[in-house]
Amino acid sequence: MSTAQETLVDIRGLEKRFDLSGGLLDQLRFRNGRIERHQEHVHAINGVDLSVTRGEALCVVGESGCGKSTVARTVMGLLSPSAGEIHYDGKRIDDLDHKAVLPYRRKMQMIFQNPYASLNPRMTIRQTLEEPIRFHQPELSASGVEDKVAEVMQSVGIDPDWGKRFAHEFSGGQRQRISIARALAVDPEFIVADEPISALDVSIQAQVLNLMMDAQESRGLTYLFITHDLAVVEHFGTRVAVMYLGRVCELADTATLFSSPRHPYTQALLSAIPRLEDDRPNHIRLHGEVPTPVELPSGCVFHGRCPYANDRCRQEIPQLIATDGGGQVACHAVEEGRL
Amino acid sequence: MALLDVKDLDVRFAVRGGDLQALRKISFSLDKGERLGLVGESGAGKSVAAFSILNLIAKPGYIAGGQILFEGQDLAAMSDKQLRKIRGNRIAMIFQDPMMTLNPVLTIGTQMVEALKAHRRISTRDARAIALKKLQMVQIPSPDKRLDQYPHELSGGMRQRVIIAIALLLDPEIIIADEPTTALDVTIQAEIMALLLELCEQENVALMLITHDLGVVSQVTQRMLVMYSGRIIEQGPTREIINDPQHPYTQGLINALPQMGEPGARLYQIPGSMPSLSRVPSGCPFNPRCPFATDQCRTSMPNYVHSGNVDVACYEVAKLIEQEQSLQEEDR
Repeated sequence: MSTAQETLVDIRGLEKRFDLSGGLLDQLRFRNGRIERHQEHVHAINGVDLSVTRGEALCVVGESGCGKSTVARTVMGLLSPSAGEIHYDGKRIDDLDHKAVLPYRRKMQMIFQNPYASLNPRMTIRQTLEEPIRFHQPELSASGVEDKVAEVMQSVGIDPDWGKRFAHEFSGGQRQRISIARALAVDPEFIVADEPISALDVSIQAQVLNLMMDAQESRGLTYLFITHDLAVVEHFGTRVAVMYLGRVCELADTATLFSSPRHPYTQALLSAIPRLEDDRPNHIRLHGEVPTPVELPSGCVFHGRCPYANDRCRQEIPQLIATDGGGQVACHAVEEGRL
Repeated sequence: MALLDVKDLDVRFAVRGGDLQALRKISFSLDKGERLGLVGESGAGKSVAAFSILNLIAKPGYIAGGQILFEGQDLAAMSDKQLRKIRGNRIAMIFQDPMMTLNPVLTIGTQMVEALKAHRRISTRDARAIALKKLQMVQIPSPDKRLDQYPHELSGGMRQRVIIAIALLLDPEIIIADEPTTALDVTIQAEIMALLLELCEQENVALMLITHDLGVVSQVTQRMLVMYSGRIIEQGPTREIINDPQHPYTQGLINALPQMGEPGARLYQIPGSMPSLSRVPSGCPFNPRCPFATDQCRTSMPNYVHSGNVDVACYEVAKLIEQEQSLQEEDR
């Protein structure tokens, strides 16, 4: 049975590139009297190692374009990795064929950001919830399926009598509850939630977060929680991975990360949260903007905006090293004791 | 006299089967150089309030009653031609999505010069000089180059800076900013908000900031209004409301924030969701979600009571204030 520190999902050396150059004919360029083939890639993830421990809520944070959603989708198998491996409960799953991956699909479920787009508008709620159960548990009788649907609806606070209604008849918060119910319907162990509350209003966000925490407690779920909202992470996460331009720059326990952030980017990110107790903005000012992931900067991806960058940072890619607080940070300045 | 004085503003949307009341007689004022925050969840009417000040609400919406006094003149009664002299000139607006606000086929410079020439008799050369000065004010790197660039060549944060520069172009008295940073990342949001705050102070421009983010309101504004279902349910000095909210809805909104909760513990949650405009309950619109609701709340709309410097529309708060007063009298 599960021990305290058992790794459930292990992401090793994950890389993902998206080809921008189109078909072969689009790639041909005429240059200096010769025809050349020219390819461009978006480097969405550049070597990410993460392991999710059973029962925890690992949060991945970062700004748009840092690759956090790509990590979520690659782990779920919705995208295939360009390099690297994904292991689930000790078995490699990213290279399995369609049939062999089925049992894992049942154990791993996903909740998407936009509850307006992720529910089929032409299916009733009951049909939406029945579909995954029938697919993954074909042996279940009709009444068994019905009971199961009623049970998950109840558990997310949606009246089972509303099963005949369509998604458009529900509010945003209720729809997100229904998508959570759909994920829970097949009794998963592991849930990937990609910005599940960012499309919702504040008072509804609290309802959905509470629901997810309750489900975690009662069903022993493990979460990979993708978000840009650091206040939510502080409340919800067991551990946090901060991503920047396709790399993890800091990984630590939530309490450690928020009380003593080590990486300069994490420090800037935390200082930018608008706090209720503040009378004025007092954030660390970063220079410039996030570079494009098409042409990655050499060395540390953050060096262009980092106030502590030196020549080594511009040339050598920093690796994650352990810190005193039990976390990991990828920064030459921290390693050298300059920071 | 306040710079902007909105009195009993009533905005409706004509739909089949009658009118929907989007703003139910709201009143507020804005002084010169003051920064006011409008807070509420989606559908509360905060954007409608902002848009109706410049009469920018599209059909089937219309202003059904009330006054919008800007320096004593009623904007609600003005013709389109008169309003055009005020829009962008005396009162400027900043919208949420910087990509939608800028014209994609014109360079930044052309758009800025166009706005200046629409309101002032000025040569193109002078207009460009003013445009350049404003771009410098918003701290854009290499501003002279930006004038000849198109919006798609700039990043989101930079576009929002350009929009702030355009808003400042004609030295307005008021800037109305509707969720100016919602589409941006946290670090960029912090930069833009700090810049907006700095410029408003420096130029003594009044700011009306519409947002759902209480953290931003607390950092930037001096006074705030909390809206619910087309009503202002609480208004007063920002610090007082954030530190000691009176209305049960405001209390719920603040306590529901993850930064207020103990990490890992359940968050405070307001049950239910805001009613749609077609199904606003009778009495106080918040009563179905309110833990203190009584029969009185279900039948009649509460009036404003003063609690310190804060105005609150709530029977429960009124009752508490009365109790306090009678206790004080007994002491005497």
